[in-house]
Amino acid sequence: MEMPLLVALREDGSVDPALDPALGREDLLFLFRKMLLLRALDDKAVILQRAGRIGFYVPSSGQEAAEIGSGFALKDGDWLFPSYRDQGAALVRGYPLSSIVGQLFGNASDAIKGHQMPNHWCDRSINLVSVSSPVATQLPQAVGAGYAAKLRGDNIAVIAYFGDGGTSTGDFHAAMNFAGVYGTPTVFFCSNNQYAISLPVARQTASGSIATKAAAYGFEGVRVDGNDLLAVYGVTRGALEKARAGGGPTLIEALTYRMGPHSTSDDPTRYRPEEERADWAKRDPVRRFAEHLLRAGVVDGKTAETLAEEAREEVARVVKECEGAPPVSRESLVEDVYAETPWHLAEQRKLLSRGGG
Amino acid sequence: MATMTLIQAIHDALSGEMERNPGVVLLGEDIGRNGGVFRATEGLWERFGPERVIDTPLAESGIVGMAIGMALYGLRPIAEIQFADFIYPAFEQIVSELAKFRYRSAGQFPAPVVIRAPSGGGIKGGLYHSQSPEAYFIHTAGLKVVMPSTPADGKGLLTSAMRGPDPVIFLEPKALYRTAKGEVPEGEYTVPLGKARIVREGSDVSLITYGAMVPVAEEASGEGEKDGVSVEIIDLRTLWPLDVGAVDRSVQKTGRAIVLHEAPRTCGFGAELSATIHERSFLHLKAPVTRVTGFDTPFPYALEKAYMPDARRVLDAIRQTVHY
Repeated sequence: MEMPLLVALREDGSVDPALDPALGREDLLFLFRKMLLLRALDDKAVILQRAGRIGFYVPSSGQEAAEIGSGFALKDGDWLFPSYRDQGAALVRGYPLSSIVGQLFGNASDAIKGHQMPNHWCDRSINLVSVSSPVATQLPQAVGAGYAAKLRGDNIAVIAYFGDGGTSTGDFHAAMNFAGVYGTPTVFFCSNNQYAISLPVARQTASGSIATKAAAYGFEGVRVDGNDLLAVYGVTRGALEKARAGGGPTLIEALTYRMGPHSTSDDPTRYRPEEERADWAKRDPVRRFAEHLLRAGVVDGKTAETLAEEAREEVARVVKECEGAPPVSRESLVEDVYAETPWHLAEQRKLLSRGGG
Repeated sequence: MATMTLIQAIHDALSGEMERNPGVVLLGEDIGRNGGVFRATEGLWERFGPERVIDTPLAESGIVGMAIGMALYGLRPIAEIQFADFIYPAFEQIVSELAKFRYRSAGQFPAPVVIRAPSGGGIKGGLYHSQSPEAYFIHTAGLKVVMPSTPADGKGLLTSAMRGPDPVIFLEPKALYRTAKGEVPEGEYTVPLGKARIVREGSDVSLITYGAMVPVAEEASGEGEKDGVSVEIIDLRTLWPLDVGAVDRSVQKTGRAIVLHEAPRTCGFGAELSATIHERSFLHLKAPVTRVTGFDTPFPYALEKAYMPDARRVLDAIRQTVHY
């Protein structure tokens, strides 16, 4: 089933007034900086991985508008259940770059003590839930958190991020179904980036669009241009407001493109044509947003380049800080398994301190 | 003290904790209006409302996933899986999510969910209403695994589980739901997790067991008594983390050990118990540790009684161990 695609940013950089969220100059600049920072982080992290300085990385180049635009729509008190590609949403929610980078290094600068591989961070202080590798497991959890908020009478919304691949899982179905039945304040944000590792979305689902699946669960599905920050922001803000007001869940499909590999372990030339990537590069969300800012007079060409350089410098500085931190303590291996260390882990810790590893 | 069955004691623990803590919510299939297929939640839907006694769609992964989200948010969710045999759709949520949330967030996001599941055979339930899946969960770091055998422990252990900081797989021996009767303290009552119970003291052999095998052990040890064999029975109550001190003390006193469970033998919890006893008490042992278990087959229907360890098989093991 075809669904209309909501677009605010036109090709010439102007904005459709019907979908213009009317953001102020300060907000536009803030968002542009976050996009640049996210792109700069991607560029640097891939180099770090290639040089063997970090073990792994999940890039999100091409998806900056979907990430930054949706994350910016959240309010304090809202909860965010991310997947491993959602560092952009985390960043715009206030998760510091230094925390993202510290987690990549998995040393003493990592708040989770190197317990997880890169791109698997969290921050309790801003309700940014811990990332896991299994796909879509966070979706029923987001429904549960939303149910809990509703039960407590908290006026908040919960957003859950996932990709097109995630929509094939049982947990997607369970979560959508539960959310529909209970009317939880959940926003399902699907970054349809066209590929789940190698599988194109046309082989992931025959339903024509992902947004249309919402109808089967009894709530609204929306399809938005995921490379259009203004449209993504407006649509997500609307869905979150509806959720907070008791209007129940929404499924948002943000149509975007993963310009890089699935992860640093992936080689996309094996499964997709370069022409396709080049075609999507013309719709690069960072450049599109920059063109809008230029047209709107928010920045000039020189400022835009200065901001990009500042982003690269910030990433370089943070990488330097984090990389120099000492390794995590060996004893931390057995910490955080249970609230208190049980006898068997205390015994195993003794084996550890005798050497090895 | 009131005399209760195990299922009544479970109900008493749930209703008492719901009364005391508004953050406790129950969720599962048919637990609301219907009161649960075993009636563990009877009347709670009427008493506490459908928002706290939540009938869910038929999806175990959704139930456990939702419970995790509730726990992250700060509630105390108690999920019921209608039969332990149906827990596998939730296996990923339990193993990859629930068990690992504390570790993967370095303590920022603990997820203290209790999952109750009727477990074990003895009700002519065949392959899919009889399984004992405890070993999967004991093998998974981050979970506590509990199984009561008496009504008092059912109440006390479940109350502790609902108050504790860690996720708990709470397996209820369904064969004992209505056959186990006993005195249960009224009002608030807890039994600490991680502490075994000595069911009866003895000097010749330690019989280490849990759940529905406790009454089987009692019957067998009574028979053993007639042979002049003094059997000490340990009901582990919390399977993991194991009360290793209780096992050490008993085995080092008697010099012999039998582990008894109805789950299949290979890689069953008995294997871990046997290895642990050999490692820690080898020089005290007068005989190898013997396992009495279910068979390495799917749980049978017609031959249920042949499959489940009974007093006869336990008694044979007692005799072989004592006369090794």
